[in-house]
Amino acid sequence: MSMNHLLSMNDLDRAAIERVVAQAERFAEVSDREIKKVPALRGRMVLNLFYEASTRTRSSFELAAKRLSADVVNFAASGSSVEKGESLKDTVLTLSAHKPDAIVLRTPWAGASELVSKWCPAAIVNAGDGKREHPTQALLDVYTLKSRLGELDGASIWIVGDVAHSRVARSNIVAFQRMGAKVTVAGPPTLIPRGIEALGCDVRFTLQDLPSADVVYALRMQNERMSETWVPSIREYAAWYQVNGRRLAPRQVLMHPGPVNRGVELSGEVVDSPQAVITAQVEAGVVVRMAVLYELLTGVRAASSAPEPQPSPAPPEPQPA
Amino acid sequence: MAAEPLVHGPLQAVDMLLRDVHVLDPRAELDARHDVRVRSGEIVEMGEPGRLSCDADEELFEGRGHRLFPAFFDPHVHLRTPGQEHKEDLESGTRAAAAGGYAGVLAMPNTDPVIDSAPLLRSLRDAAAREARIAVGFMPAITRGLQGEQLTEMAELRSEGAVGFTDDGKPVTSAGMLRKALQYQRLAGGVIALHEEDPTLSRGGSMHEGAVSAALGIGGIPTISESTMVARDAALAGYEGARVHFQHLSCVASVRAVAAAKAQGFAVSTEATPHHLLLTEEDVRTMDTRMKMNPPLATEGDRQALIEGLRDGTIDCVATDHAPHARDEKEVPFEQAPMGTTGLETAFAALYTGLVLPGVLSLELLVDRLTAGAALYELPTPRIGVGEPANLTLVDLDAEWVAGERGWESRSENCCFGGRKLRGKVLLTVCAGAVAFRERALTVVSG
Repeated sequence: MSMNHLLSMNDLDRAAIERVVAQAERFAEVSDREIKKVPALRGRMVLNLFYEASTRTRSSFELAAKRLSADVVNFAASGSSVEKGESLKDTVLTLSAHKPDAIVLRTPWAGASELVSKWCPAAIVNAGDGKREHPTQALLDVYTLKSRLGELDGASIWIVGDVAHSRVARSNIVAFQRMGAKVTVAGPPTLIPRGIEALGCDVRFTLQDLPSADVVYALRMQNERMSETWVPSIREYAAWYQVNGRRLAPRQVLMHPGPVNRGVELSGEVVDSPQAVITAQVEAGVVVRMAVLYELLTGVRAASSAPEPQPSPAPPEPQPA
Repeated sequence: MAAEPLVHGPLQAVDMLLRDVHVLDPRAELDARHDVRVRSGEIVEMGEPGRLSCDADEELFEGRGHRLFPAFFDPHVHLRTPGQEHKEDLESGTRAAAAGGYAGVLAMPNTDPVIDSAPLLRSLRDAAAREARIAVGFMPAITRGLQGEQLTEMAELRSEGAVGFTDDGKPVTSAGMLRKALQYQRLAGGVIALHEEDPTLSRGGSMHEGAVSAALGIGGIPTISESTMVARDAALAGYEGARVHFQHLSCVASVRAVAAAKAQGFAVSTEATPHHLLLTEEDVRTMDTRMKMNPPLATEGDRQALIEGLRDGTIDCVATDHAPHARDEKEVPFEQAPMGTTGLETAFAALYTGLVLPGVLSLELLVDRLTAGAALYELPTPRIGVGEPANLTLVDLDAEWVAGERGWESRSENCCFGGRKLRGKVLLTVCAGAVAFRERALTVVSG
């Protein structure tokens, strides 16, 4: 399948995921060079359009684009025309006049990247749309896990914490399953959305069976969830759901999308343990995003100058039981 | 002396002969081909097909066996006037209604300002008397500004022509507040119509809570947000002996709550919309903002319960909840978009295509439910018979069309059925003997 945009993990089958990962592995070699740059996207323009504060994801994309020799423009919604009431569509049409080849989009709204892909000819990369998806995070997590485990087939992966508000969880449930893993989500009942099991994952409300996991993927627990009374207190949350040295077995791999709240979802000891691959995830972020931009901007699409009408997103493939 | 509840613009009653139309009026037990003569706003003669001669001063419509129904009545539309005329106004909204076969609608009060005082109601009725293509009744608010804190002057509003009262768009959250309105209904009269939603359960939601909202990461509205309020308010209505109407039912639990209230003899009635009868949360998967409405599209099981409720009479009538929004308001990410779909122009065709053609509902039942809304509000039910006012809808059941292919009569285009291939096209709508809508293809011969 050729990619025109990266909007949702549902659009990527296993072969497409593996292709991105393989390309990222080739780019990993570039990162180890003294001169960390290849001319693959020279003269191409990547626009980072961010409606939410994000230092980590944005700089990861920026670094990825620069290592491919693309020009990068950062457009943050705060302090811009957006605060003066400009609509998403008008902003996109305005920025499109600069003819970006790719737009990396982060918004607080589900489906925003699909909309933008209909409004302008650039390749759109969803860098997080509300609570829905964060597909490059899922790809870099697959990359990280593959370099640890080899294949994900048959692996048991537990995603622990605030699943309801997590775009990372939703993209990873799809991605891990496509790669053959078995996914369990666990967290407080108030933070596990009703109906999530329809995605094919198991649901648990305690960490009692956590020892069966090969991989423990902890989600960030945001402080505002307390004021919204999703859980009674941080203390109680940590007592029941914190991944710590007592709960994490030595053979288990620990992941986290960052930034970590030490002492909340993870204890300090596990963050600093050799089982944690959290910094490897950050490193993978750059090479995977290089692979995504490379795939989007040098593929079939780049050959034809005119944008093709976009087909509606493919229906999700049946999930392995 | 109370004002007439329904008002319409200056209508030019036409003397006409509808030749060879297949009259279907379930209440009059009519289901056969006839010639129908209309004079001075009334049906004056009906005869064997082809037997009535056309007088020189009459317009002749060749019916060719197309179905003639009593005109539809929609007890739930948003005409957006005053204050939101960029979405719809009295003229465009009633034009859309006429194109859908409606000769009467009830307009909701969640405008800007809210219709909550007699002077405002008077000015709107005056405007409708200039602009409305069909009959319009107004439903002022139960509480001032839809704030849920203080009753409107319901008795004065009634004497100025209020059909009933509703805070539609919002629930009356406080049981104590609603109870006062139900008590006051004994003085003021008028049906109290309720949009049922518990905001503590629906807050933060943009769609039905379930598998699709979980997959999309979009905040869900649980069906209990509606059904617990239906059950609560049915109990209040029973206790006070009040007359209430539950608006736009959307889920199985609400249908059961209404059935239970009816079984106890409470004076409750209810409606369902074409979109809740035909669409589900699966239609929201693409995050098409036309599929965003309140209450949200629920599951297939909920949809089936609504169909069954419509069939067995638990649900009394179909209402469109026609809710126009401007293109730029809907052309935003799903969670930011306002709730609502237009529905007047597609209601019959969508339901005929989706429920009658597959054999789920009979055509008679559909026509009954599309006309039953009037009586619920103590308004005359459109009927076909000699001596009846000529409120009629002529429909070509075989015509295929794509919704929206030739644009819309409504000022807005946010129709959840837009782009769908539908069967059944309204050819002619007659309101009080005047032609409110005529499909261009329909032949007219001046006598």
